[in-house]
This record gives sequence, structure tokens and C-alpha cells, in this order.
Amino acid sequence: MKDMASTCPMELNKIVDEYFTENRHRLIELAAFLDRMDRAHDGHSPEHDFRIAALRKAIPMLLQPGPQRVKRIQLLLSDPTDEPRTHLDRKAAYGAYTGAGGGI
Amino acid sequence: MDYIEPHAHMVSRTTDDYRQMALMGCVALSEPAFWAGWDRRSADSFEDYFGQLTEFEPARAAQFGIQHYTWLCLNPKEGENRELAREVLQRIPKFLERPNVLGIGEIGLNRNTLRELETFKDHVSLALDHGKMILIHTPHLEDKHKGTRLIIKALLSFQNLDPRRVMIDHAEEHTIEMIRDNGFRCGLTLYPNTKVSYERAADIIEMHGPEGIYVNSACDWGISTPTAVPQFMFEMRRRQHSDATIRKVVYENPIAFFSQSPHFRIKNAAPPARREEFAYVD
Repeated sequence: MKDMASTCPMELNKIVDEYFTENRHRLIELAAFLDRMDRAHDGHSPEHDFRIAALRKAIPMLLQPGPQRVKRIQLLLSDPTDEPRTHLDRKAAYGAYTGAGGGI
Repeated sequence: MDYIEPHAHMVSRTTDDYRQMALMGCVALSEPAFWAGWDRRSADSFEDYFGQLTEFEPARAAQFGIQHYTWLCLNPKEGENRELAREVLQRIPKFLERPNVLGIGEIGLNRNTLRELETFKDHVSLALDHGKMILIHTPHLEDKHKGTRLIIKALLSFQNLDPRRVMIDHAEEHTIEMIRDNGFRCGLTLYPNTKVSYERAADIIEMHGPEGIYVNSACDWGISTPTAVPQFMFEMRRRQHSDATIRKVVYENPIAFFSQSPHFRIKNAAPPARREEFAYVD
């Protein structure tokens, strides 16, 4: 992995000043999304959805030390297999790997 | 600052979008063939589409002083239909020498199926047989990393393929290294939610350097922003990057890649040519 240290030309204080508020907003939006699923009127648990399971695995990675959190989370959400699909299941991607069991 | 939009599906955009792009400094764009949002039923539909890309759109763009270039193919979203793909591939060559055609694209994979892969390889063969450049679409979201791996493996199986003549687009943080390490050119797509934000594109340029990378909007019929490239430029300025670095990414790198086609000639800024009709002018 390349050394990415010191590649951003902005000083740390400037990065925080420029980007803190919009990332505070993203954090609150994520919390609201999790709350919204808890309030779903059918009462189902989001734990059974493979996408939410992947999201729950990814969230702690935000606080792990080391570079390239984005890359590590993208790989967590990616299909790790090597062989092409034998048949087209649908046109659109889901956003997280379904695992061997297929989609929703 | 002048800029080039390397990937825009203008058939889905309004003439107002062309005007906005010109006002923000766009002097040239390239439009890859893509999926209409529904599967076309015959090769005749594609032939009409290729006519639109090589006749109607260049004239519409020229109203605002924008040079319009294009790439032809059957898009990966329709690549599963092998019979249709074979018919369309037979019809592409007669369009390849039209003056705004740069090559074959955007080809690639969608859901990483065996049939999509075969259709992709057929397009690569067509490009090589005619000495054309290639523009590649990499899949979305969870399919991107695997799809990029499959695409690169397939490309490397062609002995006479020059990776400098192949642009692998929609790269992200987890695919950029394998693209560049194999000598291919690399596109970053500034697209809401499913691709790269302005901020992340600037991050990638900072971490990997600007060599062989360009940025694009890939604006189409979905929620997308035709003026995304200037917004990326604004983000780069926000971080105090030099005009020279910004210009390299948004102007010089696209020119360096496209100029490998004899059809591409960037003109000096010229006053827009107002046309009453969208008749094609060679």
C-alpha cells in the first residue's frame, strides 16, 4: 500500500473547519436512517437484510486506525468471488454483496 | 478555465444543459453509447441511435461552441443478449469513420455474467480489428471490484492491445491501483450516491497524483449533474491546488488520451456557431 501521509495540501485545522459541519450532517443522517428502520410499521428487524448487516460491519471500521478507510469499507461491501455469474439475476446492483445465498 | 467533459450522455439532456456547460467553460465532450433505461428490441434501434450520436448531437453541441465526440457499442446493460449483440456489432463498422467517432465504448460488464463477458470480448476484438481506442464502463457498487478484475484479465489476454489506448472509467478508491498498475488510463465519475463525490475525487488525485486520470460527470437520464467537472474544479481550488494541476486533470489529460484518435482535434476557443436547424455539417 502506498504511503498516503501528507498528500492533502490543507492543514488539519483548515480541513476540520471546512468539512466538519457537512460530516456532522452525514452522521446525523445515518443515525436517522437506523432509527427509521426501527420504526418500520411492519415491525421487522433490519438485522435480516444483508445490506444492513454489511453496514453494521462497516460502521466500526470508521474508527479503526490506519489509512484508506474508504478502500477497506468498499472491499467489505464488494463481491469477493472470482468467477463470472452463470446467469443474469437482475440489472441493478444492490450495494452490498449478497453472499452465496443470492439477493433479497 | 476551459475544460473537457469526457463522459456525458447528452441524448438524455436538454439543450439548456449544453448552454450551461458552455457557460462554465466546456469546449469539448465525448459521449459514449449507453443504455436507454430499457432494452432495445432490434439492431435497427441501435443504428438510429448511432445516427443520433454522429449527426444530431454534434450539431446541437456546436450551437454553443462545444465539440462533440462519441463512442459506439452495445452497452453492458444489454450485453446479456448475445444474438442482439452480434447483430449490432456487425453494424458498427460503417459508423466508425464518421468524423466525431473516437472508438468503441462504453463497453464492459454490468452484473459480471458470462454472456456479458463474451459480448465485452467481442467489442474489444472489433476495436482492435479496426485500430480503435476503447472506453470501458466498470460495474456498480458491489460488482465494481470483481468486474474490474474480470475486465483487466480479459484485456490482458489480447496480445496486441496497448493499455494506453484504453480508458477504464468509473474507478474508485478500491480499483484505481489495479487499473493504473496495468498501464490503463483511468476515469473518475462525479455521480451522486453510487460513484465518486467531488471531495473524494480530489482525495484520489491527491493520493495517487494526476497522471493519466480524468474526471467526468457521466450525466444521463438519472439524477446526475452535467456541470460536475466545474464543481470538482471548485473543490480543488478550495484546497488550494494550483491551476496547473486542475488544468491537467480537466483539460490536458483528456486531450492526451483522445488525441490518440486522428478524429480528435481540439480547436482554440471559437465563437459559438448559431444554427437554425440541427442539420449535420461535416
